[in-house]
Amino acid sequence: MRTPRTALAAAVAVAALTLSACGGGSDDAAESGATPTKASEFEAGTTMAKLADAGKIKIGTKFDQPGFGNKSLSGAPEGFDVKIAEYVAGKLGIEPDGIQWVEAPSPQREDLLADGSVSMVAATYTINDKRKERVGFAGPYYVAGQQIMVNKDNDTIKGPEDLKANPDQKICSVTGSTPAENIRQYLAAPDQLVEFDVYDDCVTAMGNGQVAATTTDNVILLGYVDKEPEKLKLVGKQFTEEPYGIGYAKGDVKFCEFINEALTEASKDGSYEEAWTSTAGKVEGAETPKLPTLDSCG
Amino acid sequence: MDVITENWDLWVSGFLRSLGIIGWALVGSLVLGTIVAVCRVSPIPLLRVLGTFYVSVFRNTPLAVLLFFIAFGIPVLGINASFYVFGTVGLTIYTAAFVCEALRGGINTVSPGQAEAARSIGLGFGQTLTLVVLPQALRAVVPPVGNVQIAMMKNSAIVGAAGVGGDLFSAYNRLTSAQGYSFLPTVTGMAIGYLLITLTAGALLALAERRLAVAR
Repeated sequence: MRTPRTALAAAVAVAALTLSACGGGSDDAAESGATPTKASEFEAGTTMAKLADAGKIKIGTKFDQPGFGNKSLSGAPEGFDVKIAEYVAGKLGIEPDGIQWVEAPSPQREDLLADGSVSMVAATYTINDKRKERVGFAGPYYVAGQQIMVNKDNDTIKGPEDLKANPDQKICSVTGSTPAENIRQYLAAPDQLVEFDVYDDCVTAMGNGQVAATTTDNVILLGYVDKEPEKLKLVGKQFTEEPYGIGYAKGDVKFCEFINEALTEASKDGSYEEAWTSTAGKVEGAETPKLPTLDSCG
Repeated sequence: MDVITENWDLWVSGFLRSLGIIGWALVGSLVLGTIVAVCRVSPIPLLRVLGTFYVSVFRNTPLAVLLFFIAFGIPVLGINASFYVFGTVGLTIYTAAFVCEALRGGINTVSPGQAEAARSIGLGFGQTLTLVVLPQALRAVVPPVGNVQIAMMKNSAIVGAAGVGGDLFSAYNRLTSAQGYSFLPTVTGMAIGYLLITLTAGALLALAERRLAVAR
């Protein structure tokens, strides 16, 4: 979705990256504090061996996506993506302290991986063919999808199917976005859809009672519900599928297989579900996911 | 040109929607603008102050700001309407400020002697204005009011972004962003749509000028 606000966010993010880059160099001094015992587990020369030897890893995530990767002014980022990445790093023998978080805004994720600034990216990163030309994807570890958000006191709309029967309940989305196109088939009339340039305007219109609902990817909606849990809620099932993967430098098949193994283990030992319920899953109306069938590497 | 032929319905509905917004704003702003102009030249001080205040506020507020102010501000006061109504009303009151000033410019071109002569034969303010001053002013205001209205037609593209949707500009947005049609043919199609409206308006204006012209 190309909106002025995302452009602004990207500009701010670039500025933030530039600033943090100035102060980030000193961490290298801590190299001796690694846990060398783990290195023997991995075949020499692989990415895993290198990272385990170093005892630290740089991981890209979102700093502004509540529930998935969200960072306050101080401290490490928090969210489902962060927990999953921490688990994978843990399998390399790297403690959370050894992880250096790098902000990975949507337009920069491929570049961060391609130039080696980070070893992996877990940042609400939808797998698609266009991106696969530049980076590799392990997973998917989560399938996001379009959902509907309504005011907490709304008992009429329980899913997209309820829109046709309630033509006076308008639904809002962003002009020219894929979610706006997807919802059209559920409408009683084209005018039931209200479009703005940014989702914030949709939420304002919901507060005024001018529209009853907002629709887009559940991850974006979770962010709004997270901010105002007493006013907003998600309803209904997800009705589209957007698989999120963990990005790695293209061609590193062994690293991809390692990440997939880690994901499978996380699912088996309950860490996967725990990662969800302690972060994005806290929001009302969020479905607890199961680890999706993983794609093959390479 | 696939983007035109494959989405003909969308283009037509977008064109008609834009035309609808423009039609309401055209009629509304001419009526409202005339009322405000009459206030600004009236002999009653209170009306003059109100007219001046109206023009100061609405001529000096960016249209996008005004539209969002109406769309999100008025409902807070408990008055609610569709975004289509809010958007059209916003465009109308914004344009009316410019119509008022164009009309006032025309009224000022009529020499004071005309009004004095009308008063001396016993006509009141209303009669002086409607029978003597405005008919003469009308000729002078066709080009500037036409300018204002053509600007309004182009401004209607901004109204679509304030929640109205379904207009020509939104049609373009849907086709490029969401459906992935290439930019150039789509934006060309949209430009042709607006040109159809504005060029027709220009031709009508030229006709009006010729009709109103007086051999001196």
